Amino acid sequence: MPENIPPISVVSHKDIRIVEFTNNKILDEANIEGIRRTIDSLIDETDRPKLLLDFGAVDHLSSAALGMLINCNNRVKARNGQLRLANIKPQILEVFVITKLNKLFKILPTREEALASFMAG
Amino acid sequence: MQAKALKFDIPSDLSESRRVHQQIMAAVADGGYSEDAIFAIKLAIEEALVNAIKHGNKLDPRKRVHVEANVGPEEVEIIIEDEGPGFARCAVPDPTADENLTKCSGRGLLLMEAYMHTVEYSNNGRRVRLVRKRD
Repeated sequence: MPENIPPISVVSHKDIRIVEFTNNKILDEANIEGIRRTIDSLIDETDRPKLLLDFGAVDHLSSAALGMLINCNNRVKARNGQLRLANIKPQILEVFVITKLNKLFKILPTREEALASFMAG
Repeated sequence: MQAKALKFDIPSDLSESRRVHQQIMAAVADGGYSEDAIFAIKLAIEEALVNAIKHGNKLDPRKRVHVEANVGPEEVEIIIEDEGPGFARCAVPDPTADENLTKCSGRGLLLMEAYMHTVEYSNNGRRVRLVRKRD
């Protein structure tokens, strides 16, 4: 995959933006930077952004990817928005547990549960 | 299985590290290691290479990264050494502390240490030895 095309797709559900990772690896710095820029632009689109990140396709990630997700969380919070992570495979979820980032992020088992967890407004 | 030894000497360039990463992981996959071991080794090598290139050599193109990988029947050993100023492991803050949870960096060492059976730092932190035993 060319590095200038971020490996993600974005769909909307009502006022919620759903970002789906389309590459099984979120390791590479160049890819991560592209993902970060795309997600930042989604966050900046609106006040109180609602963002759902779907990890269903992700088999590997790195600490650089975790940094990108924390940046995303910080920006969403700064705009009084809501961020949900969903559909995370057990091996990847373990990375969140080891780093204790499962305490920072709101992680839901499925996309449907994550969509239902957004508060109105 | 037959043991495989790989040796690389690369510039401080993340695209070069990708090539090294892929070659080592191909040898690990050929060695019949489990999915969990492959996941762990892949993550640890990524973190160690990025540390060497970005934090050790600070992307200085004049500095090199030296990599050795020994993929044996019982364990995989990876040694990565940079030419930077080194670091003290004990001086790196705990990224799992509440006050550090929202910081965007500082989790690479924690992940390496969580996923590998042995992580040894030497030469003032310039050299790291990683070992993952067969499950």
